[in-house]
Formats: sequence, C-alpha cells, structure tokens
Amino acid sequence: MTGASRGGRGSAAGRRAGRTAGRALQYLALAGYLVFLGFPLVWLASTALKTSREMARLDPTWIPLEPTLANFAAAFGEQDLVGAAQRSLVVALASAVLVVLIALPAAYALARFRSRLNRVALGWVLVSQVFPFILIIIPVFMILRTMGLVNTLAGLVVVHVTFCLPFVLWMLQGYVRGVPPVLEEAAAVDGAGRWRTVVSVVAPLLAPGVVAALMFGFISSWNEFLFALILLKDPQVQTLPLALVRFTGPEGVVRLGPLAAASLLATIPSLVFFTFIQGRLKGGMVSGAVKG
Amino acid sequence: MRRRILPLTAAALTGALALSACGTGADDGPVTLRFLSLAWQTESVEANERLVAEWNEANPDIRVEYVQGSWDNVNDQLMTGFEAGDPPDVIHNDSPALAGFAARGYLADLTGMIPEELKEDIRPEAWETATFGDQIVGVPFLQESQVFIANRELLEEADVRIPTPEDPWTWDEFAEASEELTDDDTYAVAWPLGNPVNRVLNLSLSYGGTFFEVDGEGRATARMGEPERAVLERIHDQIHTDRTADPGTVGMSGSDPLPAFFAEEYAMVQVGVYARQQVEEQAPEDFDWVTIPTPVGDTAEQGAASQTLSVAADSAHPEEAAEFISFFLNAENQVDLALGDWLLPTSQQAAAAPELNTEEDDWNVATASAQNLVVAPYLRVQGFDEWKNRVAQPALEEYFSGEIDIDELSERLETEGNDVLSRYH
Repeated sequence: MTGASRGGRGSAAGRRAGRTAGRALQYLALAGYLVFLGFPLVWLASTALKTSREMARLDPTWIPLEPTLANFAAAFGEQDLVGAAQRSLVVALASAVLVVLIALPAAYALARFRSRLNRVALGWVLVSQVFPFILIIIPVFMILRTMGLVNTLAGLVVVHVTFCLPFVLWMLQGYVRGVPPVLEEAAAVDGAGRWRTVVSVVAPLLAPGVVAALMFGFISSWNEFLFALILLKDPQVQTLPLALVRFTGPEGVVRLGPLAAASLLATIPSLVFFTFIQGRLKGGMVSGAVKG
Repeated sequence: MRRRILPLTAAALTGALALSACGTGADDGPVTLRFLSLAWQTESVEANERLVAEWNEANPDIRVEYVQGSWDNVNDQLMTGFEAGDPPDVIHNDSPALAGFAARGYLADLTGMIPEELKEDIRPEAWETATFGDQIVGVPFLQESQVFIANRELLEEADVRIPTPEDPWTWDEFAEASEELTDDDTYAVAWPLGNPVNRVLNLSLSYGGTFFEVDGEGRATARMGEPERAVLERIHDQIHTDRTADPGTVGMSGSDPLPAFFAEEYAMVQVGVYARQQVEEQAPEDFDWVTIPTPVGDTAEQGAASQTLSVAADSAHPEEAAEFISFFLNAENQVDLALGDWLLPTSQQAAAAPELNTEEDDWNVATASAQNLVVAPYLRVQGFDEWKNRVAQPALEEYFSGEIDIDELSERLETEGNDVLSRYH
C-alpha cells in the first residue's frame, strides 16, 4: 500500500513533470511560430527606416544604422495614402459586413432545410470558385458599367461581396451545422418561432463563425487589387493597393524604401481590426449546452 | 454583436456611397481626355503631372485627366477597357505590347495626325518600333540601351582600359579585360540573367543575330545560325569556361546584383541604362563608378523597344489626343521625361540637349548609346510572347545554368519555338 502510494505519488509527479515539459515545448513551438509570423513585419519596419544606401548593403542589419523617416515622407508626399486608406477601409468594412449579412441566412437555410436543391446549391458554390478572375473580368466590367457603377466605391463593394460570398457561405454553413438542432427544438418548445430562434438562439452561438467570416471578407477586400485596378480610374477614388503599386516599375524594379513605408502603414488598419475583433473568435461556445 | 453590426454596416455603406460620388469626375470643358501614364519614378511623375498641368492651362477646351497606371498590370487593364469600349484616350505603354493591340484594331492610326516637325525629330529607328504595316500606332519617346556599370577603381588597379562610346571594347577585348579583372575575391562581371530573353536577343544584333525570319506575309520562323549563337556562347563561356562571370547571378534580375557589386564582389555589372539612377542613389558615397558601352561585334547595334504614347481607336477625340501627344513629346519635354526616368529620348533635338550630354552620372555615355539602337527584330513576330515565355525563357535559363549546351538550346528554340509560332501563321 505504502509502496503503491509512493509509486502513485511518483507517477503523479512524473505526470506533472511531463505536463510541464510538454507545456514548455508548446510555448517554444508557439514562440517559434510567432517569430516566423512576425519576421516579415519586423523586416518591413526595418527596411522602411533605412536609407537607399543601407538597403543595398550586402550585410543587412535588423536595426537601421542611420534611421530615417525619408521613406515615409516620400510615400506620403507622392501618394494620397491617407485618402486611399480611408477608401479601402470603407470598402473593406462594407464588403465584410454585407457579405456576412447575405451569407448568414443563406448558410442557415443550406444547413437546416432538407431539400434536393441544397446539394446542387453547395456544388454550384464550389464550382463558382473555379473560374479565374481574369476570365470574367470583362463581363463584370460591362455589367457594372451598365449599372453606372464603374469608377465608384459602391461598384467595388458589389464585386468584392460577390466574390467573397461563395466561400463565406460555405464557411458559415459549416458553423451552422455545428450548432446542435436540439437547441432550436428547445426554443420551439418554449414557443419561439423560426425567426426568433435564428436571431436569439442560433445567431449568438455563431459569433465565432461570423467573426471569422468578417475577417475573411475584410482582408480579402482590403488586399484586392485587380478589380480595383480595372474599375477605379480616377485617382480620387483609388484604394490602397492601387496606391502601393505606384512604387513599382517595369520588370520588377521597385522603390523599396517608400514601398516598405507605405506597406507598413497599410498593415496597421488590418492589425487594429483584428485586435478589435479577435476576442470574439473563440470556439466552444456551445460546449455544455446540450447534456449528454 | 447585432447591435454593433448594424451601425457599422450603415456607416460603411453611407461612406461607400458618399465617396463613390467623388468618382464620377467633373467634365469641365467641351473635351476631356483620359491619359493613362505609367510614369513611376518621382521625377518622372512630377514631369508628367507638370506637363499635363501646362497643357490644361494652355488648352481650356481640351482638358486632360492624368491617371496613373502600373507597368505590372497595364495590359490586363487595357484589354478590359478595349473590350468594354471604355479605354483611356491616351495610352502610355511599351512597343512590344502594341503589335497585339494594333492587330485587333484597338489603336488609332496616327499617321496623318502627327506634325511633320515631330515626325522628323524622332529617330527613324524609333518610329519603326511603333509602326505596324503602314500604320503608326504609337509615338515612341523613351528607349533603353544595355550597358555595363563598372567599379572604376578596380579597372584602374587591373590596368584595364576604360572603353568609351568612341572607342568601345570588342567582345574579345571584353573577354580579355574580364580575365584581368578576375581574382580570388572578385569576378569581373555579373550577368543578371533571370529574365534573359529580350536582353540577349537585343545584344545579339551586334553579330547580326535576329533569331527570326519573317516572310512577306508576316509569318515568322525561329532560326539559330552562327550570328544568333555568338553572344550567347560568349556569355556562357564567361560563366562556365573562363569563370570570369559569377554563376550565382544567373538567376538574378535587374538590379539584384548591385549590393554585391558595391561590395566589390564584381568589377562590372550588366544592366539597362536606367540602372545608373539606382547606382547613384544606393552606392556608398566613396564608390567611383563608370558607365561602359556594350562591346561591339560586327557592329555596335543593339535591338531596342520604346515606350510609346498611343491613342485608343475608340477615343471620341483622336485628333485632340494626337495634339496633346505632340505637345507632350516635343523635344523640350522629352528632355525632362528622359531625365526623370534615366532613359534615352527618341527626339534628336532632345538628345543634343546639354543636360543629356553632361559627364555627370555618365549621361554622355548613355545618350551616345542611343545612336546604336535599332528596332528589335522580335517586335515584328506574331507569337513572340508565347515563344519567349514557353520556349526561350526556360531553355535559356537551362543553357546559362549549364544544364544544356548550345546545340540543344538551338534545337529547342527552333523546333519547339516553331511549333509555337506556326499557330500564329
């Protein structure tokens, strides 16, 4: 008995030590992953603060030897970065919110209503992703021109929503399937109608999925270049990716300093958006909701 | 969550609609022309915007809207505009792109719209780069020649003669000088051959290498004779036989080798003439550099394309657009445009301007090299882009990295190349 308890204490201590070692390895892996993710951003910041001469050194340093803000001055002086960022923000927010508003009820219907059309609809959603943008860009342009939406941010929002919708729909219907139907049945038993059930029971449980979809919609729209290039002609309506590309020339030659400075600034709104919204991006909200 | 989403959506949509109202643009004068410019260097953009402002001030009835484009995507952008019937009126591009657009009838024929003075001022060789059949579909204004930029100190230490436009190296002298300049720490030359096709084709003209035969009906056939092999073999020998060129730069593009050049790992680097700007901006302050003309073979000729201004065939105001181009590309303005991009003007009067013949930044060497530029033969070849991307690019990469020899390269450029070209006949 004594030996057994000694052995028990010993094995418990061993398990604790194992858990500690495992946790340490997890943190180590996490630290490595963070370095991997953070490297481009830190390098971008470092480059943005270097002179042209320092950028051309064969032995680059992390910390600029002669830090300068000249690249930021050039970037802001030559392009309307603030205006472009404002327009990008408006387009990205509008696209992200609209795509979720449209996709959420559709995703619910696809996940919950049993119909032969569902499988066809999901298949079509997948097939729609096969066509490359460049193939459909001319018809899209002509449709938008007919609607008077060329050269407007509203037109760009329509395009971004259209192209994000299939993936967001697919993503959200997976989240809806993850919500146990018995919760809706319980709400129905309590007298709630379909709409009330969706709004009060299902929607709150889908918060992580909605946040993920918002993030996807926002970042897709924030980074989108080709449609913006084709649709937005006037400098007064151009978005941030169009401003950034002005620092590149033929055959891949770039003005690296101003480009790095402008790109660094371009990452800030995304980081702020994610910081604001990432608290909602956690799973397990329905764990324990259904007994057994 | 719901409470946050609704106001957010309303705000974003309101903002989108409000800002979109700014995009329609006001039509202040009887005629408005949209000018898609690809200028991207600071000085060049400034020159473009200044010239547009000057024009607008002097011509209130023909207002030009300046729209900045991007070299990377301009042809996608243009194709959409052409197909949808909504292209810019005045289009900045480079001459290799013109052939395809001209063949589809997207570009206006400017033959009768260009004033004689401008027609005579631009070098005939440059006009050829923008003339297809009997149509002038663009006004050429900037060209790029190939040069070497060298570390003057290393050349002087090795007691190597520094060639000039009046007394350039031959390819043999270049090879000998390269031997002198190579030691344990330094290669004589860096050949950045990441995108080699246009460059080696342009350089091969010094031995008469044209790579294509085009018959009377415009059908092109790839051919690899001795003239086509000459420059290719000389570059290959420097890398793999003489070992005077760094094999590590074969995969590099453009100005990638400059940091190692500044660190004296190479004595010379082969670049386009515009790279002088990067050298001027990036080289250590005590770095003494010199521009060297490309070696001559049977002749000093180099193939070249041009940057051009064209008018869209769908433009409602082609005459006014041509009038604007004639102003924009007059000799005086070409000087500013050339200085802004560190390229060479096609205007003969501009090429004689003191600013473009000063020894500062070797403008005199650069400008002199323009005299040797002739139309690149591949500009006349229907299907060249596909020949280049599907056949020549990978084959030349393999050749310069030593994986295949000149015979196999020739075989592929001809056999596989002609399979591609035959589809365009």
